[in-house]
Amino acid sequence: MEPTDITNPEYFHKVVDCQYACPAHTPVPEYIRLIAAERYADAYMVNWESNVFPGVLGRTCDRPCEPACRRGRVDEEPVAICRLKRVAADNKGDVTSRMPVIKKQKNGKKICLIGGGPASLTVARDLAPLGYEIHLYDEWHKGGGMMRTQIPGFRLPEKVLDEEVGYILNMGIHTHFNHYVDSMKEILSQDYAAVFVGTGAPKGRDLILPGREEAKANVHIGVEFLASVAFEHIKTIGKKVIILGGGNTAMDCCRTSRRLGGEDVKVLVRSPFADMKASAWEIEDAKSEDIPILNNMPPKEFVVENGKLKGMIFGKVKATYDANGKRSLIPSGEPDVFIEADDVIIAVGQDNAFPWIEKDLGIAFDKWEVPVLNKVSFQSTLPGVFFGGDSAFGPSNIITSVAHGHQAAISIDQFCNSKDVLERPAPTTNLFKQKMGIHEWMYDSPVEDDDRFKVPHARKELTLKNIKAEVELGFDVQTAFKEAQRCLNCDVQTVFSASKCIECDACMDICPTSSITFTMNGEEDELRTRLLAPAENKSQDLYISGELHTKRVMVKDEDVCLHCGLCAERCPTSAWDMNKFLYGVTKVTKII
Amino acid sequence: MTYIKSKIRHPKQPKNSIGYVKADYEGALSTLCAGCGHDSISAAIIEACYEMSIEPHRLAKVSGIGCSSKTPTYFLGNSHGFNSVHGRMPSITTGANMANRDLIYLGVSGDGDTASIGLGQFCHVIRRNLNMTYIVMNNGCYGLTKGQDSATADFGSVNKSGTENPFPAIDLAGLALELGATFVARSFSGDKTQLIPLIKAAMSHRGFAFLDVISPCVTFNNNMGSTKSYEYVRDHIPATAAHEFVPQEEEILISYPGGSNTSVRLHDGSSIQLHKLNANWNPIDRNTAVNRLQQAKINGEILTGLLFVDKDSRDLHEVINSVDQPLNSLRKELLCPGTSALNKINDGLR
Repeated sequence: MEPTDITNPEYFHKVVDCQYACPAHTPVPEYIRLIAAERYADAYMVNWESNVFPGVLGRTCDRPCEPACRRGRVDEEPVAICRLKRVAADNKGDVTSRMPVIKKQKNGKKICLIGGGPASLTVARDLAPLGYEIHLYDEWHKGGGMMRTQIPGFRLPEKVLDEEVGYILNMGIHTHFNHYVDSMKEILSQDYAAVFVGTGAPKGRDLILPGREEAKANVHIGVEFLASVAFEHIKTIGKKVIILGGGNTAMDCCRTSRRLGGEDVKVLVRSPFADMKASAWEIEDAKSEDIPILNNMPPKEFVVENGKLKGMIFGKVKATYDANGKRSLIPSGEPDVFIEADDVIIAVGQDNAFPWIEKDLGIAFDKWEVPVLNKVSFQSTLPGVFFGGDSAFGPSNIITSVAHGHQAAISIDQFCNSKDVLERPAPTTNLFKQKMGIHEWMYDSPVEDDDRFKVPHARKELTLKNIKAEVELGFDVQTAFKEAQRCLNCDVQTVFSASKCIECDACMDICPTSSITFTMNGEEDELRTRLLAPAENKSQDLYISGELHTKRVMVKDEDVCLHCGLCAERCPTSAWDMNKFLYGVTKVTKII
Repeated sequence: MTYIKSKIRHPKQPKNSIGYVKADYEGALSTLCAGCGHDSISAAIIEACYEMSIEPHRLAKVSGIGCSSKTPTYFLGNSHGFNSVHGRMPSITTGANMANRDLIYLGVSGDGDTASIGLGQFCHVIRRNLNMTYIVMNNGCYGLTKGQDSATADFGSVNKSGTENPFPAIDLAGLALELGATFVARSFSGDKTQLIPLIKAAMSHRGFAFLDVISPCVTFNNNMGSTKSYEYVRDHIPATAAHEFVPQEEEILISYPGGSNTSVRLHDGSSIQLHKLNANWNPIDRNTAVNRLQQAKINGEILTGLLFVDKDSRDLHEVINSVDQPLNSLRKELLCPGTSALNKINDGLR
């Protein structure tokens, strides 16, 4: 193999698994260390710069970082990254003085943002400091989009959302609330320099089954139901409720139902548990609120008697997988099951919908009615129109929408300055020595043995009575410190200089996880078989040095390195050094 | 502050044939200087014992005084150990071995502990062919007292303060050969591919197995002009052979292209495979070993590898015809059979 090029920013970035997995590439270990140091406001701002909604995400994020966390590969559970983020938000104090200063002098360009959700708000946050005049349209009376309409208050208190939406709207954004944009043509006829569409995936899918029409008074579409509850148009529900679907919306619907009077609430999933789309922790929370989840039961029909919904009939299936892993659900032969219900909520998916975009504007849509976009610039086929969030590539999550927003903001700025939108700024990187003395580093290098700490929950008797009562209470600062110390500091990189190495083997001998081997070079697949410990995780790179005195090379398997610094500590010549690598996705302008 | 080694190990670390992982053979974290050759030897011992599936409680490590003699703390934390008096490791080991011949004895010593204060004991333990492995971690200096030349420092070798050594070195391997040692090998801490099979072979040999391991003192003897620095050793290190240790239950499958292959079967049925790099040397002939060693000295080379092995070695217990059962397990009834047994003996002598 060729020696590793550590000057390529993506090499060390990939080693920081959590940051690499985060769509917005939030520098996770950096803010976790700040939390451990009780610098909550600093930790908050590191987050805010990257992901714009730390308080919201600290409660509701899909956490792509956690399955990626290296701790999960060497210990039973990953670091509770998401809930640590919340600690920063909860304890930050007043950060208004740290927010970007918005110039009075505008640059003369007007930008239109359609939809007030996380993608649009991110574009607004990134562009406002540059002097753009930003107009934001939303059909509701407040900003926040799906964060407000689809996430129940017991998971995300309104004041947390209001605060973080407020930071952006206070940047002099011109809001046009209660204004449903019904014609793109009309928007384009105005003097906007660019238009950003962040209208999400607002159309909940329906299930057309026998009896659906007759039962319609008691059949609800998940996302519409959640929005109606959020705006208090729906305040009660029947005692017996069936939720159809296995995603996070289904989990929110069932838990909401429990708070609106639902006593016998069941979730029915047509596929096996293992294939449920909902996050494991949301399933766990639903179960802990006495909500059974029944799997392998596809709905067959709504049963209506005397014009009133009585329940639903479900079939029973089992999943079989063909050689390619493709699943098919085949009837198990068991008799159909009738389940009583006063109300049924259908939460089987949602789609983006653009009935308001005229077809003759030059904005092309593909056969699935999804806009044709450049995947890097988010530019549509009409150069001044950009898409982001769920409206771009279909339903995803908040953090993905934020990542889209950052990139779309760059594109819009390039476009408005008549530059090529595909010319993207390079990431910022910083490699910083951590050595302070013998056995002393600027980070807490010892690896803590603690297991993951559980976030305390409010008592069920209280939370089920009050739909606004937040269930999760967040870590207290003492527990947060301990959880923060579980972080392996994967951004503190092991940097090797072949020219200094005397091949004493000290690093190889001390490494707790046997990640370092000195051996003859070879092709990657073959080399992986010759290392001290099995190197089977090919998604993790091998760090290869140049040729050493004995013609061997140093090979480090990045997979389960604990970043404990012992290699550098046992190195007599400082051929190993621990350097903190800070990777930043470049924004349109410096935010903080 | 890192000086804490995490208990976390590689999640897929393999197990040996008795179900132990390598971590089960580790000891406390070393307090020797970063980069010390001794730590590499400790790691080689751990690897060898792990690969040979030695049950940790079946091994006793014994040492004297010095940097080298501290190392038993840093490996085999679940084995027996005795950190003895300076240069007196051989007598302690002899006593232990006499009391319990069932254990595997691993003596660790240094060049000071062996070639100066313990030279007499070293000679006698060789002469008695005590069943043990004797590893000298040889760095040619007194590292614990800031690097004065030791008795194994080569003539003309420059120490850290810039002085040339005016005295000739004691060649421990040559001395061992001369005194009749039944297993003599030399290796280098920085070459585990050679060192690990040699440790395994030494531990499988019945009788006294001597391993002289050049182990650079990275703090006091790794300077220009030193003949025991990493760089010097690497540049002057021809080997007698490429080695491969073959456990008794395995078939010998290793074959090197060219050269001549020799297999030496050891007492316990295992064998050491040698791909000889020099035709004028035979590992079971003491004379060629002595000659080869002398030749290397004249050439200014540090000859490593297995130098000599006596396949018909008879260890101390055999020579003195001691009982098969370990002495420490002989109960009083056996040792003092009582008046009637004495009378019977007396009667037999009348």
